[in-house]
Amino acid sequence: MKRSDAPLPVYFLAIVMQIVVNGENTAVSEGITLAELVGSLQLAGQRLAIELNGDIVPRSRWPEVHLNGGDRAEIVRAIGGG
Amino acid sequence: MTQAQPTQSLPDALRIAGRSYASRLLVGTGKYKDLEQTRRAVEASGAEIVTVAVRRTNLGQKPGEPNLLDVLPPDRYTILPNTAGCYSAEDALRTCRLARELLDDHRLVKLEVLGDAKTLFPDVTATLAAAEQLVKEGFEVMVYTSDDPIIAKRLEELGCVAVMPLAAPIGSGLGVQNRYNILSIIENARVPIIVDAGVGTASDAAIAMELGCDGVLMNTAIAEARDPVLMASAMKHAIIGGREAFRAGRMPRRRYASASSPLDGTVV
Repeated sequence: MKRSDAPLPVYFLAIVMQIVVNGENTAVSEGITLAELVGSLQLAGQRLAIELNGDIVPRSRWPEVHLNGGDRAEIVRAIGGG
Repeated sequence: MTQAQPTQSLPDALRIAGRSYASRLLVGTGKYKDLEQTRRAVEASGAEIVTVAVRRTNLGQKPGEPNLLDVLPPDRYTILPNTAGCYSAEDALRTCRLARELLDDHRLVKLEVLGDAKTLFPDVTATLAAAEQLVKEGFEVMVYTSDDPIIAKRLEELGCVAVMPLAAPIGSGLGVQNRYNILSIIENARVPIIVDAGVGTASDAAIAMELGCDGVLMNTAIAEARDPVLMASAMKHAIIGGREAFRAGRMPRRRYASASSPLDGTVV
């Protein structure tokens, strides 16, 4: 997958990239893993499923899957429904 | 698999996809005031199979905020993820695949593919297509459909583990609108027939069971009652009463009276 070529604003201390999480533009550290993304969103330990660019990534692979700029992640959970 | 393993060899158990359930009431978990009310209502209903929806996680969520599956643990309840809100076969498939990952290779799903937002009637052609694909992918499909006996049979033939015709529109509380269609579906079926949607109060649930349905799935009738926990208990009893009446076999209807006390030996 191609990394974003967009220039990064100089005021960021860490190198960041833009991804889309549940439809929202989100700035994250470049090259973070899915497990790190879940941690940074304070969702660690919750029962979740993740779809990355349309494909489900099994929980066991979250620590090894690195994100690229422009990636689209959907993070879902179970809620009340009939 | 994280599904509950209900007791085997129950008398008159409901069997779905090789598992036995003592309760013939299946409940949804939507529309409750909070998770505590959800938990208490589900407990009062005696249901062992509970439906959940799959939705995007709130990103602003506070850490430690309780989760539905904390109050309805999958080792106690058989969780039935639904595809509510899906208007195409593709969306329903995607939701089922996410649910399977979410619940650790869980295969039992409630398929619903809706046709329009006003009636929430199923799109039966899309439902048939989605059911066929899900069965191929190894899912155990409990399918929401219309009360059309032909479509119900087709869904059974495609390999669905239960067929769930509506009694009336979802959330309408109108009760069983077409008893004869439901009866035809039951008579032709080799898989459990579960009335899903449209029940409004306990007598509606009893009527469905007296017709010979294998179970009833409901949500709004309990959640929108003034006292949801009490209504959950009422539904539990209605399901048991309706089932026992069905098994007992009702008396014939007569146009005129038939005295209950013997006519011989009267003192007058």
